[in-house]
Amino acid sequence: MKNAQGVPNNKAQTGEECAPNNVFHVKDCALIAIATGRRAQNLREVRDILQTIDEGSIYYHFWGSRLQPRFDDPEYLNDFAAWAHRALRDGKAAERLGVIDPTAHSNLEELRQELIEAIETRLDEEEHVTWVKSDMQFNFLTSQIVVFDTHRIITDPSDLVQAVPAMSASSIFYHLIDARRRTLDGIDDFRSWLSGYGSPFGDRYQDLSEQIADIDPFFSSLSELRGELAAILSNYFKGVGK
Amino acid sequence: MTNQKAPGIHSYTDVVGSDVISQLQQLAEQLQGKKVVHVNSTRVGGGVAEILAKLVPLMQDLGIETSWEVITGEDEFYQCTKGFHNGLQGNVVNLPRRLLENFESTNVQNAEKLRPQLEDADIVIIHDPQPAPLIELCPKRRGKWVWRCHIDVSRPYRPIWQYLRNFVSQYDASIFSLANFAQPLPHPQYLIPPSIDPLSDKNVDLPKKEIKKVYSQFGLDPDSPMVVQVSRFDRFKDPVGVIQAFKLATKYHPSLQLVLAGGTATDDPEGAMVLEEVKAAAGDDKNIKILSLPGDAHRTINALQRASDIVIQKSVKEGFGLTVTEGLWKGKPVIGGNTGGIRLQVINHHTGFLVDSPEGAAMRIRYLLRRQERLEEIGAKAKEFVRENFLLTRHLREYLTLMLALTHGKAERIQLG
Repeated sequence: MKNAQGVPNNKAQTGEECAPNNVFHVKDCALIAIATGRRAQNLREVRDILQTIDEGSIYYHFWGSRLQPRFDDPEYLNDFAAWAHRALRDGKAAERLGVIDPTAHSNLEELRQELIEAIETRLDEEEHVTWVKSDMQFNFLTSQIVVFDTHRIITDPSDLVQAVPAMSASSIFYHLIDARRRTLDGIDDFRSWLSGYGSPFGDRYQDLSEQIADIDPFFSSLSELRGELAAILSNYFKGVGK
Repeated sequence: MTNQKAPGIHSYTDVVGSDVISQLQQLAEQLQGKKVVHVNSTRVGGGVAEILAKLVPLMQDLGIETSWEVITGEDEFYQCTKGFHNGLQGNVVNLPRRLLENFESTNVQNAEKLRPQLEDADIVIIHDPQPAPLIELCPKRRGKWVWRCHIDVSRPYRPIWQYLRNFVSQYDASIFSLANFAQPLPHPQYLIPPSIDPLSDKNVDLPKKEIKKVYSQFGLDPDSPMVVQVSRFDRFKDPVGVIQAFKLATKYHPSLQLVLAGGTATDDPEGAMVLEEVKAAAGDDKNIKILSLPGDAHRTINALQRASDIVIQKSVKEGFGLTVTEGLWKGKPVIGGNTGGIRLQVINHHTGFLVDSPEGAAMRIRYLLRRQERLEEIGAKAKEFVRENFLLTRHLREYLTLMLALTHGKAERIQLG
């Protein structure tokens, strides 16, 4: 089975475990965008292209573009919604597309179907299809992502206090966001290590895990997320101690 | 031109943070032992040479064996490639067969010199159309060849593109600056937006004294608000529209000053004509300063941008708009034309405002000057936006990622040790 990132939904198969042997391996990643050459000038064209576009493009427009030069739009959580708002100026479409939660789907095919459904619902409501100028078309992109080991290992959760602020933004993306599509239980790598299956710490860090779970990864930039996580860790270990 | 030694990778730590530098080092580690060659057609002048002068030493500093070769030609070669440039940007250009033959034979001559090095390289990056035919002149090449297009080719003049596509389609991949520029080609088209160098004369932090100097140098009042547009005198940059916006805004801010700073236009007949139009539009308004600055006046431009309250780039057509990036990096809200790459950078109410008319620009000038706290808030956000997205280190990271992707196949996810 593949999860919504298009990788096998099984840590043992991905070779991307972050916590083998009960230590946390800090990984990092870098992404490069690729034009598919497919463009849409209205919602109907977006829907038609969505029927056949490679899964990698859906991954990119929901997740991968977080690692690309862009403004972290505080209002819309994926590129389809942001385009509907900024280019199409269709508030309803933007809201319906924006509310789609990619983590609610176990694979990208399900996510594709929800996107298509949301667009068709909107198309049914309107007599006319709104077009954008050719230089404001939706460009379907895909990407290649390179994942690498930083060779930094964390053996004790309290060491995260020092380690997290030193992580790159893309490392935060990998462990906090990408992990949700990579891990069996759909949680970030930090919680997975602290409290997930096979955790060496039992329920000792359950409170900390719950605080990390409260971080909403979609409404903040990666740097802000790093700051939020660092603050939680710092406060926790200041109060609780090792 | 100042002949500065390029800064090493660690010089950027204070600007971007040690995490970014560390990431670049880790990516570069995976490329140790690879030979990379960049080829373009000029060592100095122009944006491509400017970026290579920075990127190549940084790649070397990261331990990657990187060289930069420059092809040379006679006048007819450059006439031809200038025609390509204009044609790729959409102008109707009909090049005589003689110029095309010169273009091809010049590449043959250059290939004689460069062939051993290019055929031996692991990655060859060919910049823009000038050296594009080299690929078919290096039949024993063993590495990956990438064509890097720095030009806005969103709507090329078709006959020119059809001619160049014959060469470009032979490459393993191409790189465009924006998704809108990508063309149908039989290989992956990577997207890497441009960047600015925070340590260059144009963008480095300046002492207050140097910033203040521009007031006396150009007869500006330090106590009055100032709007600056830095651009060559070109109709696509709409300098006359900027003056119209300024005149509308001065009804509410009579002491407002406008600086239009551009390069000298002596070798550009159209530029000279536009400059005259701009002077006519400005009339005898003493609060409008039209400055023709020499090509190396980078620190002066830097100081003018820093001295301003608002940076404006009211283009009606724009590729990426690096002057927008520069303005944002100085912590200024940017009022930008709603076109091209400006849309990637100017986000309404966050980093500035996109406008579609002189009236829109005037309204946003008035808004920002009345709402000083918003002006400062947007300026601060603008600077951080550039720090995270449009600095040279991001550009370098994407080149390294591209090289790793090229050398590890076409998988969407590449897992390194």
